[in-house]
Amino acid sequence: MSDLPKNDELFSKLDHRPSGGGDWMDTPIDIRPGMYCYTANPKSMETLSAPNARKWNPMEEDWLLPDNWQEIIHEGLKDRLERFRSLKIFMDICVRCGACSDKCHYFIGTGDPKNMPVLRAELLRSVYRNDFTTAGKIFGRVAGARPMTLEVLKEWWYYFFQCSECRRCSIFCPYGIDTAEITILGRELLNLLGLNIDWIATPVSNCYQTGNHLGIQPHAFKDMLEFFVEDIEDITGVNVMPNFNKKGADILFITPSGDVFADPGTYTCMGYLMLFHFLKEKYGLDVTWSTYASEGGNFGFFTSHETMKRLNAKMYAEAKRLGVKWIIGGECGHMWRVIHQYMDTMNGPADHLEAPVNPITGTKFENAASTKMVHIAEFTADLIKHGKLDLDPSRNDNLRLTFHDSCNPSRGMGLLEEPRYVIRNVAKHFYDMPANTIRENTFCCGSGSGLNAGEDMELRMAGGLPRANAVKHMNQKYDVNMLACVCAIDRAALPDLMSYWDTGADVIGVHELVGNALILPGEKERETDLRGEDLPGREEEADE
Amino acid sequence: MNGKYLYPFLAVCLLALIAWVGSDVFGLRLLFGVILPYAAVVVFFVGFVKRMLDWARSPVPFRIPSTAGQAKTLDWLPQNKIDSPFTTAGVVARMFLEVVTFRSLFRNTKMKINPDGRIAYDLEVFLWLAALAFHYTFLVVLLRHARFFLDPLPLPFEILETIDTFVQIGQPTISLSSFVLLAAVLYLFIRRLYIANVRYISLASDYFPLFLIIGIVLSGILMRYFFKVDVATAKEITYGLTTFQLPALAKLKEVGAIFYIHMFFVSVLLAYFPWSKLMHLGGIFLSPTRNLANNNRAVRHVNPWNYPVKVHTYEEYEDDFREKMIEAGLPVDKKE
Ligand code: SF4
Ligand code: SF4
Repeated sequence: MSDLPKNDELFSKLDHRPSGGGDWMDTPIDIRPGMYCYTANPKSMETLSAPNARKWNPMEEDWLLPDNWQEIIHEGLKDRLERFRSLKIFMDICVRCGACSDKCHYFIGTGDPKNMPVLRAELLRSVYRNDFTTAGKIFGRVAGARPMTLEVLKEWWYYFFQCSECRRCSIFCPYGIDTAEITILGRELLNLLGLNIDWIATPVSNCYQTGNHLGIQPHAFKDMLEFFVEDIEDITGVNVMPNFNKKGADILFITPSGDVFADPGTYTCMGYLMLFHFLKEKYGLDVTWSTYASEGGNFGFFTSHETMKRLNAKMYAEAKRLGVKWIIGGECGHMWRVIHQYMDTMNGPADHLEAPVNPITGTKFENAASTKMVHIAEFTADLIKHGKLDLDPSRNDNLRLTFHDSCNPSRGMGLLEEPRYVIRNVAKHFYDMPANTIRENTFCCGSGSGLNAGEDMELRMAGGLPRANAVKHMNQKYDVNMLACVCAIDRAALPDLMSYWDTGADVIGVHELVGNALILPGEKERETDLRGEDLPGREEEADE
Repeated sequence: MNGKYLYPFLAVCLLALIAWVGSDVFGLRLLFGVILPYAAVVVFFVGFVKRMLDWARSPVPFRIPSTAGQAKTLDWLPQNKIDSPFTTAGVVARMFLEVVTFRSLFRNTKMKINPDGRIAYDLEVFLWLAALAFHYTFLVVLLRHARFFLDPLPLPFEILETIDTFVQIGQPTISLSSFVLLAAVLYLFIRRLYIANVRYISLASDYFPLFLIIGIVLSGILMRYFFKVDVATAKEITYGLTTFQLPALAKLKEVGAIFYIHMFFVSVLLAYFPWSKLMHLGGIFLSPTRNLANNNRAVRHVNPWNYPVKVHTYEEYEDDFREKMIEAGLPVDKKE
């Protein structure tokens, strides 16, 4: 692993003016450790029969490509231009106004001009002009065209894996040009040559075979949840044992496996378990987890549309097999972009399911009538609104919270108010960050779209700078000490980011807050929160 | 020297030269005054339609609006009906504001690192203002030219012209729009040159239309205020073109080279338009991140090329793990 520069070093050398002023096409690519992820393990690629599986190293000259790689790219691009109107339009209508240029967190954090969304797109556009437009064919470089060379391919790989597909640029573009879409299709092209990264390829392989990114086998998955059940019993005195793979349950619950695996996501997971137990005891709602569809996330989305579809298929298939009425999905960012904008189209229609109605409140989730999957924040907000949960928000009194909108729920879904509503009802101290850094303007955690590996830490910390900077401001101004979020990748990525930039804040999932506040039927008086730390007002008593 | 703006600049100078020499020295007035304008109009319309059809031929496999506000979910949560439209009416409103007011550009911010280390994103309205000024005055100038093609001039055009010329300093009347247009296009040019990042991303094809439009406006202003080309004669020629009554050669000789330079610039712009980034005029209407409703989970979107894929079925999964599942007390479908 490379040496991560100190935060002030990284910050002080930031320069957002392109150096030299020369032509970007002449700037040679400089692949730097710390800025890229290790390449895909050939074994993982073979699981889904991905082409050109081999060991290769981006630092070496030879990338071990098939002889006809240029032809593969050309044909691949042609095929995608015919299948995606988005690509065709976005290739043609950019006017290079530069409105998107300083909107990308990777540009803000690295100052690398090729991280300006428009230039990231031009990397592909230049080849498109060369291969598919008359002007490009005649005028070549004067028309902004350049032929596909190994150098260009390397640039694609380096910079398409420095885009977290966050769509922030697309909000500011006067024509809605979405560089995320260009990255998505660019990565699809790279995958035709076997140029994936391992942090994506291995989770994809695991998810395909065992049902989740981490490769947790069914018995181990059950063990892990049972472990949380024990912890919860220690804290509350209540046994919240869930159902697994239960046929005939009312609802199937699917969430990212990251929350089963690592802190602080595990506490969010405990929050889910407690909520569903509460609903079962009070209202008889029967929710089941699945070990087969045990992954909400979908790293296939970062590989190709086809891979996304192959992994996503499990959700409806399992809901059908178990005969549930509808599905609830846990807190996750890209998972929800896939569910909201792709699932029904790819793997629907889900006629075996019912249009979701919350049996406890009678609320019809009309916005999910076709896809039949409801976001847990929508579900919980509805319960709270109807006064169906017994809550003691004072248990979160030690937390001074702000909320990080994840990219996908904000710009690929529009889920902005639900989590805030839930937070305000389970905790007292909540302060939003400055308007230009939240909601549709939110900044990425810097680690999205499969880039949350260990070896690209410099990229992640640089890309997370705008987010961290805003949190630090909240810490200084309002003593904010906790950053809430509704995303499993956030929970995995933000703690490192928060400490690297000395923001003074830790990270918490919204349903951990719910778990803390929720009063379970028959619970004992709690001494600690879900993390095992003394509850506010309990510290002194504990000292005595 | 940067060829990206040098070449387009020279190209536009060359175009002017061609039109001047062609019409004045070689006397090819019929070519520059009649044939090329006709050809350019045909290329423009045929090209425009062709490009739109070409885009429309590619399907929209997924419904991918970029949402910029609260979606319609629970009844009691206030939905942002425009930036996260659920209905077609919402989409129409979003598109209307986008096309007419450049709403997304209005959001533009400028990132700045303050001395205290805080990163600020302040509103930056100049690009938006210049873009609005440019497009609207261009439109006004275009409509004002209706007097050269319509007779009698319909009332709305009269009114427009009265408003446009309300500041009167001697003769001829001054059309504000031309000068605002010139200022706006000059601003867009200077901005492209002086903002380091924008210069860095700019291509020759970004400078060329700017120079060409500057050329059109300048030649128009020169023609009207300095060379004082006779409006009635010019109108006779252009009106003849619209009504397919070819102007007499004598008439064509009455107007100076500046008229032909102006006409030639416009012809080049028209013919160039469909093959260039200027097609954003049509493309914006087809942009899938803007022109689709955010009703994804309520109404199923159909992908015409959706094809079946190989999946890892539950049966295969259970075969892989059956023993372990039974041992862990997990239900299985097939007990061996
Ligand atoms: S904002 Fe849109 S049109 Fe402007 S440079 Fe960026 S992608 Fe191109
Ligand atoms: S999608 Fe996000 S990460 Fe990618 S170019 Fe746009 S702003 Fe940058």
